[in-house]
Amino acid sequence: MDFDKIKSGVVELIKKAEIELPDDVVIALKKAYDSEEGLAKIQLKNILDNIKVAKKTGRPLCQDTGVQTFFIKAGVDFPNVGYLKIVITDAVRIATEKVPLRPNTVDPFTKFNHADNVGDYIPAITWDFVKGSDVFITAIPKGAGSENMSKLVMLRPGVGLEGVKDFVVDEIIDAGGNPCPPTVIGIGIGGGADLAMKLGKTALLRPVGVRHPDKNIANFEKEMIEKINETGIGPMGIGGKTTVLDVHVEKAPRHPASLPVGLVVQCWADRRATMVIHKDGSWEVK
Amino acid sequence: MAEYRFSIPLKKSDVEKLYVGDVIFVSGSIFTARDAAHKMMLEKNVSAIPFDPSSMGLYHCGPLMRKSKGGWEVVSAGPTTSDRMDMFEDSFIGKFGVNLIIGKGSMGDKTKKALQKYTCVYTLYTGGAGALAADKIQEVKEVYWLKELGMAEAVWVFKVKDFGPLVVAIDSHGKSIYEQVKNKIRRG
Repeated sequence: MDFDKIKSGVVELIKKAEIELPDDVVIALKKAYDSEEGLAKIQLKNILDNIKVAKKTGRPLCQDTGVQTFFIKAGVDFPNVGYLKIVITDAVRIATEKVPLRPNTVDPFTKFNHADNVGDYIPAITWDFVKGSDVFITAIPKGAGSENMSKLVMLRPGVGLEGVKDFVVDEIIDAGGNPCPPTVIGIGIGGGADLAMKLGKTALLRPVGVRHPDKNIANFEKEMIEKINETGIGPMGIGGKTTVLDVHVEKAPRHPASLPVGLVVQCWADRRATMVIHKDGSWEVK
Repeated sequence: MAEYRFSIPLKKSDVEKLYVGDVIFVSGSIFTARDAAHKMMLEKNVSAIPFDPSSMGLYHCGPLMRKSKGGWEVVSAGPTTSDRMDMFEDSFIGKFGVNLIIGKGSMGDKTKKALQKYTCVYTLYTGGAGALAADKIQEVKEVYWLKELGMAEAVWVFKVKDFGPLVVAIDSHGKSIYEQVKNKIRRG
């Protein structure tokens, strides 16, 4: 298998994620533009113009090219899956020069900026295994403006789902314009503290406008979209109808004594791109 | 909601006529400074600063730059979250005499009071619009403390033309658009 070829594919994947937004996000932003007026409309016009300029000039959409984050679904029949971590890490180094990416990996103790976007546990990779021989890699680079507004809470189960709703709406009001609304919200409910946060981030992989297959959860998502947009925080926090483009929920069973909620906030630049690698080493970026 | 075009530095009377919700476009020099640069500049004497901050706009921005043959090129340069600079901003405005700040997100009470005291205005440029902003930067004039602070935290001096639309988010009359929005919040 030609791992250099796969590596160049991962570089393309990162480049695509940084420069071009998925169609579902662009459609949602255009819809928001049509519904807004005044200052909110100006913000959405800048956002839509920015999307066009980035695509045309090949510049990253946002100067904060984020922490390189990948979700992998690896087919169990794919050969040499163990090499992929090295391939992805190398690809991040190459992409840092080639795209380029802003150096965003600072050692918390020494303050040393690695300059190549690589370090202990970074790039952040979440692995899952599926049937078949294809590997799917989704890149979801995430900026700090929105990530700084993410939060974990361990609620008392007695507060129920109403308590979850209140927590999320309060946090979004508090966040105001900081996470660059209109945002996309991922909510992980259940599991332990770590799993709730991971589920929140995993929820962001689902395209904007697609509801959870479970009808109850889908209704919860719809209710949250309404509740948050009713606040009137609006694009960039200066007032308007669109505070969120979507809310996605993922759940896991919880301990009877716990109700963990992981809130993961994503900015309007909901960057996402996926590549598939076949077992002969050929690949496509979607 | 009025619209204005200004040259930097803004005149005191320019700043005074701006109210929350006005839209402005600015031309001239701006310098980037995030929290690390604020802290560092506040620790230095004004005479030790190698440029004149009072003649420029202050841009909360950690740009993505690329070194090219002719020097530095701006790749993407939208605003960063201004809330991080809130703890430094009142002293910074007082010490360096800036009267135009460009950022995103809200800033606190201390900054709001300083804007009033020193006749300064805080404006919003659309967060995340890094490629669009880079297109409006005509020239990279200087970079300071690149080695000490790194690309995103260093102080970059840019020449901009018709940079905007910037929304006046906190004016010099003690009004903040973010407070107005929060006061109107409806809970479903």
